Amino acid sequence: MSNHLKNITLRIWRQAGPNVKGNFENHVIDEITDEASFLEMLDILNDKLVHEGKEAVVFDHDCREGICGTCSLMIDGQAHGPQRGTATCQLHMRQFKSNDTITVEPWRASAFPLIKDLMVDRSAFDRIIESGGYITADTGGAPDANLIPIPKVIADAAMDSAECIGCGACVAACPNGAANLFTGAKIAHLNRLPQGQAERYSRAEAMVETMDEHFGSCTNHGECEAACPKEISIDVIALMHKDYRKAKFSNRKDLARG
Amino acid sequence: MAQIVTSQRGPVTGTATAKKKRRPFLLDLYSTAVGKKYVMGATGIAMMGFVLFHMIGNLKMYAGAADLDHYAHFLQTLLYPLAPKGWVLWILRGGLISMLFLHLHAAYSLTVMNRHARPVKYQSKRDYQIANFASRTMRMSGLVILAFIVWHLADLTFGVVNSQVGEMVAHSGDEESVKAVYASVVHSFSRTPVALFYVFANVLLGIHLFHGAWSIFQSFGWNNPRFNTWRRAFATGFAALVVVGNVSFPIAVMAGVVG
Repeated sequence: MSNHLKNITLRIWRQAGPNVKGNFENHVIDEITDEASFLEMLDILNDKLVHEGKEAVVFDHDCREGICGTCSLMIDGQAHGPQRGTATCQLHMRQFKSNDTITVEPWRASAFPLIKDLMVDRSAFDRIIESGGYITADTGGAPDANLIPIPKVIADAAMDSAECIGCGACVAACPNGAANLFTGAKIAHLNRLPQGQAERYSRAEAMVETMDEHFGSCTNHGECEAACPKEISIDVIALMHKDYRKAKFSNRKDLARG
Repeated sequence: MAQIVTSQRGPVTGTATAKKKRRPFLLDLYSTAVGKKYVMGATGIAMMGFVLFHMIGNLKMYAGAADLDHYAHFLQTLLYPLAPKGWVLWILRGGLISMLFLHLHAAYSLTVMNRHARPVKYQSKRDYQIANFASRTMRMSGLVILAFIVWHLADLTFGVVNSQVGEMVAHSGDEESVKAVYASVVHSFSRTPVALFYVFANVLLGIHLFHGAWSIFQSFGWNNPRFNTWRRAFATGFAALVVVGNVSFPIAVMAGVVG
């Protein structure tokens, strides 16, 4: 049973390149099934634009099943749109009504420079991962499964943080353009597990300080948690702050010895 | 499309064994946003302690003029004769002034950092989900409180705008006369605009504390499922306590209960 929505007006941000002026452009979708995802609706719009000889709207997307973190749209003032715990690709038109006007904007942050239209460059996240988002592992034959005992609650908590798909919604939603939820999730994921202990404090220090180079600062609004498609809790931010403090002391002691 | 990201803080070492010349520990910590938030929280706690005891001490005015004046005299002569008169009070004041300065500096530099983090604003209206009025107006409420502190000191501490400050009074049984604090408070709040500004500033202080007192827990990494639900309750309760206590003073003076 599918219903159809009629007369949807899309206010879409169009910008030809990083350093040119952009503006909103209105497009009307006459009729669309409510089973279409938001990105499918954009595909249909792009088909129409191409047929009319106009340039298609550029937007990021990949897996379209909510696990890759590539889609990134500010829909009606909310990162990934009005539905909680959902990436844009899993947002469906049934969340909207006929005659709605939907405003679509790219993520806005100096660390996420705009490439074109709705597409931004999120490689600043890669810089943070490079600085400490890894563990030391032995090479050679595959170890036995479950060789390292991990309490169930720890495994669950680490998994909750590991859910982060790195989409950047936390930065986009943050009034300060801070990446504390992303960095916190990565640190909470690895620092909770036994495999992550070797680099625990060097990781906390390096990732937080790399984050500082690109992003704003956390003022505990909690907007990131609301925007996160994986509903990662701001508890990870507190854990990051705690490990950063400990890192500053313990790393400094190590430096004094060396 | 590879983006070349230039480092502003210099390369960050991946390991703790790198032999790099470092800044002094506190400066190094303060150079990062997370470190600044620690300073913000620590100075916030110190000033919360002051605000609470300031309110509790002032409740003495309900016990009468002699009680309040003697309490003020006690503060002036704290630890006397071990320390010269007024010294301990000035050391405490010095501590508070440095706390305030650090709080302001951290707030200013974090604001600058946040402005740089989003130079191009959202062109459409944002739809905030969790951010509340208190968290969104910390800068404004903070600036009003700062202005209030300046006024409040000029009024009741230094008497620039209060003729009663500095007057001496001897209560029954006193060997020497003490500063007439009670009279200067009554004189101050008998002026309606002053009382109204006092109430307004204290309500904003409550709003500032509602977010700030909760925020400390996150900034300090004090996060534990066992007490997380109490964090908001603590902030609300603390803010309410301070506001109710403080706002009662001008109302009591205006209503004639005190004076």
